[in-house]
Amino acid sequence: MLFGIPITGETVAYFVLALIIITSGVFLMTLQSVMHMALALGGVFLGVAGVFVILGADFVGIVQVMIYAGAITILMVFSLMLTHSGKSSEEGPEVGAVRGTVTFVGVAVIVGAILLVIRGTSWPVSPTAMQPFHQSTVLLIADALFHTYTIQFELVSAILTTALVGAVIIARKEEQ
Amino acid sequence: MALQPFLALGAILFGIGLFGALTKRNLIIVLISIEMMLNAANINLVAFSHFALKPNIDGQVYALFNIAIAAAEVAVGLAILLSFFRTRSSSDVRDVNLMKW
Repeated sequence: MLFGIPITGETVAYFVLALIIITSGVFLMTLQSVMHMALALGGVFLGVAGVFVILGADFVGIVQVMIYAGAITILMVFSLMLTHSGKSSEEGPEVGAVRGTVTFVGVAVIVGAILLVIRGTSWPVSPTAMQPFHQSTVLLIADALFHTYTIQFELVSAILTTALVGAVIIARKEEQ
Repeated sequence: MALQPFLALGAILFGIGLFGALTKRNLIIVLISIEMMLNAANINLVAFSHFALKPNIDGQVYALFNIAIAAAEVAVGLAILLSFFRTRSSSDVRDVNLMKW
């Protein structure tokens, strides 16, 4: 028993992934070199993908790996290289010690309150929590996307198209 | 496994992202922190989808929508960042004051 949780393979995987996510996040906030920050970002995203797989959401996990760990991390690395020309520690001074400490304390109070509420609430326990979905999640997601959420799906595709065109227009070099 | 560890992980990841978004001076790091907060929300959505009294797939669909919106946000944000860097030669949040009243 560890924190009142029985030790199973799932629990061990959860703690390893949580350790990866939290250490990568802390590294992300403390490292100075921007390239190391991008690597830590990849660690956070891959850890979250692993958590999705533990939760039985394998399709969302794969999407997370492809979009976040693949596309967004690479995009961040590219923009870091474009704006820093590969050099590190050129981002100027951080916020002052007073403001940093006050922010840290405020965030710690918020997170502590959330954790207390999570601990204090009695969540309903599903009898089928070990195997909630009896068919492949891909089938269920496809059914929900294309039957229940068709309009939202089309709206998301419209937003993505608009964002693509807008990003190209904003980032384009203006010709005088 | 119960629901609480996943919610706690989401809360901690959200806290890390919030701290970064409030204290960092590099625009790209601020964007990265916002992505981490969105990821924490995704963990919560998928966890509730898995551990609800009657497990259903809606949480995962919302997480997919969330990922799509986050990708669009990153694309537009980085485009604005590149355009800003071209005109001001800086990626510091304090320099983004052109449209500040």
